[in-house]
Amino acid sequence: MRNGNKVREQHDTDLERPALEAALAHTWRTPAGLWGALTTVDHKIIGRRYIFTAFVFLALGGVLAALMRLQLAQPEARVMGPDRYNQIFTMHGANMMFLFAVPVMEAVAVYLVPLMVGTRNIAFPRLNAFSYWIYLAGGALLWIAFAIDMGPDVGWFAYVPLSGPQYAAGKRADIWAQMITFTEVSALAVAVELVVTIFKQRAPGMSLDRIPLFVWAMLVTSFLIIMAMPAIMVASTSLILDRLVGTHFFNPAEGGDVLLWQHLFWFFGHPEVYIIFLPAVGMVSTMLPTFARRPVFGYLALVMALIATGILAFGLWVHHMFVTGLPRLGESFFTASSMAIAIPAGIQIFCWLATLWDGRPVYRTPLLFVIGFIFTFTIGGMTGVMVASVPFDTQVHDTYFVVAHFHYVLIGGAVFPLLGAVYYWFPKITGRMMSETAGRWAFWLIFIGFNLTFFPMHILGLQGMPRRIYTYQPDLPWHGLNLFVSLSAVILTAGFLVFFIDAIRSGRRGVPAGDNPWNAPTLEWATSSPPPPYNFARIPVVGGSNPLWEQPDTLAVASGLRTHRREVVVTTLTTARPEARESSPRNSIWPLLAAIATTIMLIWSIFSPWAVVWGSVPVAVALIGWFWPKRTPEDEA
Amino acid sequence: MKERVVDDLSDLPLHGMGAASPTWWGTLAFMLIEGTGFALALAVYLYLMSIAPTWPLDAKQPDLLPGTVVTLLLIGSVVPNILVSRWAERRELRKVRIGMVVMSVLGIAPLIVRIFEFPALNINWDINAYGSTLWLLLGLHTTHIITDLVDTLVLGALMFTRHGDNRRRYGDVQDNAMYWNFVVLAWLPIYAFIYWIPRL
Repeated sequence: MRNGNKVREQHDTDLERPALEAALAHTWRTPAGLWGALTTVDHKIIGRRYIFTAFVFLALGGVLAALMRLQLAQPEARVMGPDRYNQIFTMHGANMMFLFAVPVMEAVAVYLVPLMVGTRNIAFPRLNAFSYWIYLAGGALLWIAFAIDMGPDVGWFAYVPLSGPQYAAGKRADIWAQMITFTEVSALAVAVELVVTIFKQRAPGMSLDRIPLFVWAMLVTSFLIIMAMPAIMVASTSLILDRLVGTHFFNPAEGGDVLLWQHLFWFFGHPEVYIIFLPAVGMVSTMLPTFARRPVFGYLALVMALIATGILAFGLWVHHMFVTGLPRLGESFFTASSMAIAIPAGIQIFCWLATLWDGRPVYRTPLLFVIGFIFTFTIGGMTGVMVASVPFDTQVHDTYFVVAHFHYVLIGGAVFPLLGAVYYWFPKITGRMMSETAGRWAFWLIFIGFNLTFFPMHILGLQGMPRRIYTYQPDLPWHGLNLFVSLSAVILTAGFLVFFIDAIRSGRRGVPAGDNPWNAPTLEWATSSPPPPYNFARIPVVGGSNPLWEQPDTLAVASGLRTHRREVVVTTLTTARPEARESSPRNSIWPLLAAIATTIMLIWSIFSPWAVVWGSVPVAVALIGWFWPKRTPEDEA
Repeated sequence: MKERVVDDLSDLPLHGMGAASPTWWGTLAFMLIEGTGFALALAVYLYLMSIAPTWPLDAKQPDLLPGTVVTLLLIGSVVPNILVSRWAERRELRKVRIGMVVMSVLGIAPLIVRIFEFPALNINWDINAYGSTLWLLLGLHTTHIITDLVDTLVLGALMFTRHGDNRRRYGDVQDNAMYWNFVVLAWLPIYAFIYWIPRL
């Protein structure tokens, strides 16, 4: 092999370190300029984009929340009318769930998982580029529709018959349904990439019991996405069919059924909660040992808890439907399963507490958010056990008690760890530290602001205030607490502002971080900050679950990869024994073209069923261009 | 960080086949997604049946002939499909080329019969929910066949070009064959649901 063309067959063993880095940087580079930006398949660039876009949607969703609090601050307020309010609460929910919460978790994984498992790019990097463009198009569809007064107004779960052809004239509900298609396609694509990356591209020696817990969490989450998201796609497609071509899936007059919608929606919708929550607990389990200065307590128990939560997640959906008059046996089953999920959640909390207890905790900003998470999520979990009980749920269903509960679970359970994760991994992504002072201000403002905003909503709910009302009369006993909630939301908003300003400022002027500023044990910290385009000059070889603590000075690595083509190591599923030097695709414009063609087809199909026929032709052309071999070294085998 | 080289990977193949290939796993993952979609569509069928007073709902039973012909064609296509996969494994280019042409024809044939299958359902999608589910199931599976047919056609054409004789392509042929088996397998419960459950 090596006495052939020396340049084409070059191995990393032929090169000294600086020459090796230069050769790899050339092979894996993303050219500067617009063309480079549109064609890149680097998981770090796409991951950064994904994270940035998701946080833009978080900010936009936050503005909507602020508008709602302005409207509800006093009785009979006239900030907006009921129609606008309906659009705003629908947009807030749909935006936060589909454009922020799920994508941001996958975005962090797109950036981190390949680094944490010690590989050079995510599996199917072009699919990754495609998924980002599709996600962006779905988000743009929803927000542009809102800007021209076509925003969906049927709630984030779009129950029929309200969203059906009879009660939702116009295209507002279709915008919601097709936004679902966009976000689910992108989420499913990323899930497949993550599963294959985690199964097949782990560093040699990273057997199943040495996988970082965030990576385990993303593996379980990806399977949840794969099994749950088809349900919402079946649901939203049938809804569009009912609205566009007159099928009768949800029309009781012709043998359809409205509860079928709720079953399909929540068969997806409940796992969705864990699709958001499991990555967050994975972040916590990964950050906690770094700041407790000891390996995580109960690794096996934590992995088992992740898997158990993932399985139980599919046995809970009916608890969203307790007031629809289902058979009592069914209700009892779903009460039991809903309470059972508190067991794996409890196991995790005790493992985290044990890690802190036995460690020597260093209270930096990420750890503050972790502790804030444990406190807040425990409250949200306890109200969750309360609403799992049918009689209690019947009382508080569709009231602000439920609004309080799910904000405790979602903000406390997912956004707190996420913000901690931003402080923790920001230095890896940008090469600069965020401000510790600003971080403490952000934490305390958000933590106090959050609890003052959402805790009173429990009481408002118990006092009977329904969710999704655009105003209330002065003689109802709610206005004092509502004003208090709205004022507290100002504190919460201030906290997020501090966070955003700190992130933008530190990105430009933060203190340089170095490779491993936290002295953390996982592989992403073994490379420079930010990592080079090829992630690792030589692929790490792993002998334990905390590699950088077990071998603090020298990293064991493998050599023998070629440098003139993009090459990654494929390893076996369980023991991560190397089995091939697989190539990784080059940059390409086709994913963007395929995404544009798909976008045209999907939006067109809101208006005409023939879009599916004619619109699929450009999609097919783009896919053929995508997969047609280009005679690059990557095609050699 | 200092590095210590502990392993040399230069003897590993440049591309893995089967379970050593990420594409193989990706294909499995997409099959799991689509399989879940089909299972849910079948669940919708059962759900609507469970609340209907009669089944089929205000319609004649579907005619058996076209659907059964499609079923036989699909089952019959499995034999050459397995052969193509085997030839690809042994990297026999000439046989793989012939096999891909045969599989293209065997992808088109059920689509032609399917044109007659839709009217044989004896109900339109917009008559009632029973009709809607039938069209949904048949529509989904037709899309499934078309997707794999296009894949087979493109890959078949590729095998006749200079890109054909490459381990990577043989792997693609094997994955495509695996996917076609899934298309056939997914049809069997749909066939039973559409044609035989109304006859129970």
